[in-house]
Amino acid sequence: MARLPHAGHYFTRYIDGFLLCGILLLMATGLITLFSATDANSARVTSQAINMLVALGVMWLVANIPLEHIMRIALPLYAAGLFLLLCVALFGEVNNGARRWLNLGVTRIQPSELMKIAVPLMMAWYFDKHETTLRLRDYGVATLLLLAPVLLILRQPDLGTALLIASSGFYVLFFSGLSWRIMATVAIAGGASLPLLWSMLHDYQRKRVMTLLDPSQDALGAGYHTIQSTIAIGSGGVLGKGWQQGTQTHLAFLPERSTDFIFAVFSEEFGLIGNLLLLVLYLTLIARGMVIAANAPTQFTRLIAASITLTFFTYIFVNIGMVIGILPVVGVPLPLISYGGTSMVTMLLGFGILMSIQTHPKLVKT
Amino acid sequence: MNHRIELRSYSRELENFRLRLAISAGFMLLLFLLLFARFFYLQVSQREHYHTLAEANRISIAPIVPNRGLIFDRNGVVLAHNYSAYTLEIVPSRIRNLERLINELTTVVEISARDRKRFKKLMEENRRFESLPIRTRLSDVEVARFAVNRYRFPEVEIKARPFRQYPKGEFASHVVGYIGRINDKDLERLEANSELANYRGSQHMGKIGIEQSYERELHGIAGIEEMETDAAGRSIRVISRTPPAAGKNLKLSLDFKLQEVAEKAFGDRRGALVAIEPTTGDVLAFVSRPGFDPNLFVDGIDTENWELLNNSLDRPLNNRALRGLYPPGSTFKPFMALAGLELKKLSPESTISDPGYFSLPGSTHRFRDWKAGGHGLVDLHKSLVISCDTYYYSLAHDLGIDNIYNFTSQFGLGKKTGIDIEGEAAGLLPSQAWKMERHKQKWFPGDTISVGIGQGYNLATPLQLAFATAVLAGNGAAFRPHLVKQVMDSNNRVIREFGTSPLYRLKLDPANLKAVHNALVDVTRPGGTAAVAGTGAAYTFAGKTGTAQVIGVKQGEKYEESKLDERHRDHALFVSYAPAENPRIALSVLVENGGHGGSAAAPIARVVMDYYLLGKLPKEAAAQPVDQVDEEEDEEHRHQQDEGGGHG
Repeated sequence: MARLPHAGHYFTRYIDGFLLCGILLLMATGLITLFSATDANSARVTSQAINMLVALGVMWLVANIPLEHIMRIALPLYAAGLFLLLCVALFGEVNNGARRWLNLGVTRIQPSELMKIAVPLMMAWYFDKHETTLRLRDYGVATLLLLAPVLLILRQPDLGTALLIASSGFYVLFFSGLSWRIMATVAIAGGASLPLLWSMLHDYQRKRVMTLLDPSQDALGAGYHTIQSTIAIGSGGVLGKGWQQGTQTHLAFLPERSTDFIFAVFSEEFGLIGNLLLLVLYLTLIARGMVIAANAPTQFTRLIAASITLTFFTYIFVNIGMVIGILPVVGVPLPLISYGGTSMVTMLLGFGILMSIQTHPKLVKT
Repeated sequence: MNHRIELRSYSRELENFRLRLAISAGFMLLLFLLLFARFFYLQVSQREHYHTLAEANRISIAPIVPNRGLIFDRNGVVLAHNYSAYTLEIVPSRIRNLERLINELTTVVEISARDRKRFKKLMEENRRFESLPIRTRLSDVEVARFAVNRYRFPEVEIKARPFRQYPKGEFASHVVGYIGRINDKDLERLEANSELANYRGSQHMGKIGIEQSYERELHGIAGIEEMETDAAGRSIRVISRTPPAAGKNLKLSLDFKLQEVAEKAFGDRRGALVAIEPTTGDVLAFVSRPGFDPNLFVDGIDTENWELLNNSLDRPLNNRALRGLYPPGSTFKPFMALAGLELKKLSPESTISDPGYFSLPGSTHRFRDWKAGGHGLVDLHKSLVISCDTYYYSLAHDLGIDNIYNFTSQFGLGKKTGIDIEGEAAGLLPSQAWKMERHKQKWFPGDTISVGIGQGYNLATPLQLAFATAVLAGNGAAFRPHLVKQVMDSNNRVIREFGTSPLYRLKLDPANLKAVHNALVDVTRPGGTAAVAGTGAAYTFAGKTGTAQVIGVKQGEKYEESKLDERHRDHALFVSYAPAENPRIALSVLVENGGHGGSAAAPIARVVMDYYLLGKLPKEAAAQPVDQVDEEEDEEHRHQQDEGGGHG
């Protein structure tokens, strides 16, 4: 479906044109916004463009791998990731009070980033393996598979990443058919244990939550980000101030304007209309992901496609939600638009998997 | 269980999966709608609000404080000017530990105990978020030292500010007044006059004297600079700039040199002197002694100096010329004489026989003359030259209080002269109506008698006496006394001028005026009460001595100067004008507890006249009171109090 007409072409054989178009449009939007956010810093824009090219390369590569192969690497990838996370906990470099990076001598890596894809792969693989004999115990095992990396990442501490991985794992659980009753029970128990969770949070994390409730409480500290971003967005109005005309952006009132808060730049300059178009663009990609998931041939592919799509949505919602002041400030980038190579690669890796699911011949079981 | 799981069919699983996909799709749409709703709220409903916030972020409006106008005397001598200097300023609300900060600051820039005290007083008087000076007038070396150490004091700012300075110090301090820091009361007043916007950025305003009464002219109009600033508060560029309009310069009618001569003539005695040009109302000298250094007030006076000034028995902050109320005593007699002539109660030739006292018909109470036994046969001329009391008791009785009131009030007694500084006292010229209103009592004929010699309920300020004398000297032409002669723009082009037309002219018979003038000229000649002070005057020096009682002396008692505490002695008064045929200057002199008008006050008038009319500077010393005066030629003595009435 929706294959390019010349799908037989070697280069585009496994590429989903629909997804690619959406991705490229979003990337173009990202570069345009970044150009403004960095005050026409062409070096930054070029470096982001290179990030995008690399990520597109990764996507192409993954799209070309048949799902059976991807399935096979799920367990080793997960095991390696977990090992590396343990290494981080033991020997990781401390940066800004958080232990997230592992120095391998040659390069520094952030294993939590790897887990964003490894965890759903692993869980989907597990459910696929036990598809025919799914019991309550299997959900327990899957939950443990999820909790181990999430807790390690929470300890780093990196609330944003932990949240994203937890949600990607939860999506796998959800789509594998976890009973509503259990979910309700867990939700109630979770709600009841909120005070306990609160006591476990770090001060800065609590502050973020408190700041969300009342940004003016700490207007020059933690609340500053949200206050300035809501001013930027609000003052953009319906039509926006125009490209490179955002005063909040160009007079540096907006913090983190090329990374986590880039949406405020976009929104200030392109207004409500721009926001609407951006949401529609994202929705198109999400819809495509849902279609791919619905038509996926196996339990593994179904679960992985659905999880990737909903995680993509989660990124968007959490990022925009924090920028417009309805969610706490957590370090979640705006997919395909925020500056940064790692998240770009992770994101397109996911899209590569979606494409692979969609474009490889479907070996329907039965 | 196993059995049930075995029964799960693939198609049911798929259906279940797709159902959950659909549910999550709905959920995602819902959340996107939530995002959109928030966008709508921010960008449509609250757009104006956020637009304002963004503009407030972006644009900082800085007022540009206008230069305050300068104050000159009539010859261009500078009495108030501005200079630029550096100050160290602190915003109290930003400081955690002020003591420590100041102690640390002391290691870089000297901060005296006085600076500390002054700063604490400022803190009490000002708002916590206002930038207040801890040190003013830094030297170049201090500026450099602070600049090097600046990183240690992020809460301390160094600012270049215009400072007001009064180069003449105490001289004319009661005229020029001073500016001080704007306080809450000032702010309220400014707000009530909707002038607050113009004072944004201003830290000072006039508090007293010319600085206060001409605040509007002196302050100028603030300019506005709209700056685009970035998040760090750095100015990126100027969006628009409205330059300020400097305050107007003022040229006073005051002759500073004359003022200086007059003030020095007082020596360390307390008192007041007001000199007026009768043909214009120009106030040539306006003295209230002691004075104070207005420079102390500019940036907030420290407690020590304030207490020194405020608690001094000499009350240097009290503007005696403007607000001091004294019985005019015998200086009231020329006006009584003119009233008698104008209302035809007497002629210059009519005489009385003075037994040394006056009694109302049918009363045994004696209103005594200062000279026991009396002056014998007294006519109008003699009554003024020797200051006969009995003559005026009798005249007062003939005129009646209402005539006295109606006539003398035309000379400005009993009401404000309308001089151009604030706080003037109105004095008191008694009348039947006044007594009824004030004391709920009927006027008794006896009340009138002592009014005739300027006692009784009579009270006047030195300014009023000078004004009345100027009207008399000008043959009835009354010009509003004014300290400011010209308002000029910053290029000294005259915008407004005062004293060009009289308030009114009294219709007075020239013959009557001549009779009074002639008598007053003889007051300073041999035989007159101010003969000593008039010795050798190279011009016709008209004057009238007066004495104002400080404490009453009961009927039958005798006033003995030597037995009295210095501060209970009589006040000495003298009103004067010269040259008598064409007066260029009219003045009043008051010396508190000076004793006799002729010996204490008249010599000061002489020094002032000599300088003004002849350019003659007095010998270095102050015009000393004339020492021993021949008993016969001594001016009038005080009048024994009657009725036990409460004046003095």
